[in-house]
Amino acid sequence: MATAAGTRPDDDLETFRGEVKAFLKANFPDELKGKGNALRSVDGPTEENEAEKAWRVAMGSRGWGTPTWPKQYGGGGLSKKQARVLEQEMAMAGAWNPIGGMGVMMFGPTLLEYGNEAQKQEHIPPICRGEIRWCQGYSEPNAGSDLANLQTFAEDRGDHYVVNGQKTWTSGGQWADKCFCLVRTDRSDKHKGISFLLIDMDAPGVEVRPIQMISGMSPFCETFFTDVQVPKENLVGEEGQGWNIGKRLLQHERTNISGGGAAMLNAQPLSKIAKDYLGTDENGQLADADLRGRIADYEIAWNTFLLTARRAIEESKAQGGVSEISSILKNVGSKLGQQRAELLIEIMGFRGLGWEGEGFTQKELEHVRGWLFGKATTIYGGSTEIQNNIIAKRILGMLDHQ
Amino acid sequence: MAVLNEEQSMLRDMAREWAVNESPVNAWRKVRDAGLDFDASKWAEMGQMGWTGIIVPEEFGGTDFGWMSLGLVVEELGKTLTASPLVASSLAASAIALGGSQAQKEKYLPQLASGELIGTLAFDEGPRHRGAVAETSVSGGKLSGTKSFVHEANGAGLFIVLASDGVCLVEKGEGVSLSDRELVDRRDHAEVTFASAQAEKLADGGDNLAEAILDRARILTAAEMLGMAQSVFDTTLAYLKQRVQFNQVLSTFQALQHRMAGLYTDLELMRTAVEAGLTALDTGFKVPEAACLAKARANDVLHLMSREGIQLHGGVGMTDEYDVGFYLKRARVLEASWGSSGFLKDRHARLNGY
Repeated sequence: MATAAGTRPDDDLETFRGEVKAFLKANFPDELKGKGNALRSVDGPTEENEAEKAWRVAMGSRGWGTPTWPKQYGGGGLSKKQARVLEQEMAMAGAWNPIGGMGVMMFGPTLLEYGNEAQKQEHIPPICRGEIRWCQGYSEPNAGSDLANLQTFAEDRGDHYVVNGQKTWTSGGQWADKCFCLVRTDRSDKHKGISFLLIDMDAPGVEVRPIQMISGMSPFCETFFTDVQVPKENLVGEEGQGWNIGKRLLQHERTNISGGGAAMLNAQPLSKIAKDYLGTDENGQLADADLRGRIADYEIAWNTFLLTARRAIEESKAQGGVSEISSILKNVGSKLGQQRAELLIEIMGFRGLGWEGEGFTQKELEHVRGWLFGKATTIYGGSTEIQNNIIAKRILGMLDHQ
Repeated sequence: MAVLNEEQSMLRDMAREWAVNESPVNAWRKVRDAGLDFDASKWAEMGQMGWTGIIVPEEFGGTDFGWMSLGLVVEELGKTLTASPLVASSLAASAIALGGSQAQKEKYLPQLASGELIGTLAFDEGPRHRGAVAETSVSGGKLSGTKSFVHEANGAGLFIVLASDGVCLVEKGEGVSLSDRELVDRRDHAEVTFASAQAEKLADGGDNLAEAILDRARILTAAEMLGMAQSVFDTTLAYLKQRVQFNQVLSTFQALQHRMAGLYTDLELMRTAVEAGLTALDTGFKVPEAACLAKARANDVLHLMSREGIQLHGGVGMTDEYDVGFYLKRARVLEASWGSSGFLKDRHARLNGY
């Protein structure tokens, strides 16, 4: 058994490491080594094989998929240091976290902060076990960057609401069990008329239509609500608090998007890939001097970004609040991710432009789809332009232009 | 901003207060108008405050506070364009600390630490920095060669000279002649010719001594550039908040807000890179990499910042009365010092095997 968060002194970390090693040895199936997919919980249907299911159940029942969440709601109850040990040992074993998705990244942390006891008891444990998938009902056709303009209306009918309206860009909506949703409960006040409501995706009146994207994938949906009945217990916080709760949740989202670059930490260096495709000259330098310079420029920028992300954490810790520079990370991380993808397909030439079929490796095709999908990162979760508004207004104190 | 210890915070606050009160940009204007290289009384004050010995070991009269501490002071001085040989002389001291014999350390470091002796690096032999390469030669303890665009050459009494077979110490005197090179920053630069000048080798620094000194030069110069970029940004932001056109304060225009948000982002990334460089010098971890990162970022961001600073000030930014133009001119001199971005990207690629 792992002990409770924070009570374990540092010198016990090695004992804990031993526990983790033993757990992985006993529970992580060799056949799953290195087969983790960070997007599995949003970008595809749940089709687990026996080994995958066993691994999810093992991690979920221990709460280690959500290692630092409180134990009383099914989390791991680990300290940050223990969680790091768990992460290290999993990486060493080629193991991956089978518990993920928006429930873990965004909704769970928000509900732990704003939900009532009954809501936490009901919703957090299934997230920790990886049993329930959540989707996000924020954007609407006329409420994108201007999110507070949302019109989906929840009408008060005594013990329940009746919801009517349309959401869009619902990631994984076609596979989700539940939706955390921003709805309007008062038309007289733009921001204070918004509430945070939890809706079952299989409730009568909910209809989901996948949207085909330029990448050929359909990770986003349109979601229609027609006279959907939602019990009042599903309201998080008070009526009218939705905007504040919703914004808090976006902070988790933005952290995760900029941290999405974490996947690139283990990726092959661009320079190595470029050497494989282009070859080197007699001095061992990349054959295309211009590309060589641009790769170096990218690497310097990327290393600076990683150091800045670490600096933001250190500053936040030292100040006891969110560091100002956190606001730049989303823009910088998403832009560099796109820059890397553009360099990658350029390096591969026409093999970096394959759509499907013969003549391409699986990896090449994945890079192409990744390049196209990645265009979303500077748009969703607060577009680059909205982030720049926030920096100018909140940090630089330039007056509101509106 | 890096998380500082108490000693560093105090030093930074002291430097900031001193620079703002004792050495504002107007003080530099006076130094320039008087045709001086720097204000000797201010240099003496820096010595009294111990800044000249920050990276010198205690046994040789320094405080050994480390590179981050020196970087904090240099950044504050960069903010107000304080003309002083602090960067050059600290680099000379670090060269001796890295590669000098016990006798050389005992002879020179206490004088450099107190500020009574000024040292500087004389490495480059052409208009563009090309790394640790030199044709200057030494034979029988006599050094001959010509070094171009040497920083603080007039003020210096001691030159750290790169020769083809290593790094040497040369005192100003017989066989050393200077020819001024008036650059746009109007600071102290000269071509220095050595004709059979008495030279002593820094023999204890190993094969990579010259590169190690250059990496220190890159990182410390980047710290000065950080102060300059921060100052241009702050000045420009303040200007946009008070200038009215079309009955509107300029800072309310979204086109300008987004440019400033972009510059703020670049500035913070530059700060990370520079502080990481100073930290690398203090820990000794991956210094060559960190030097490329710090100076390349500093070059690119200060370049953009200095151009945008002028543009966003409009016509007044081009007058000698406003400060922003001084930063532009000093910026280009520092960008060209110890490696352009092109040079540093090439070095980064080599270090990483491509």
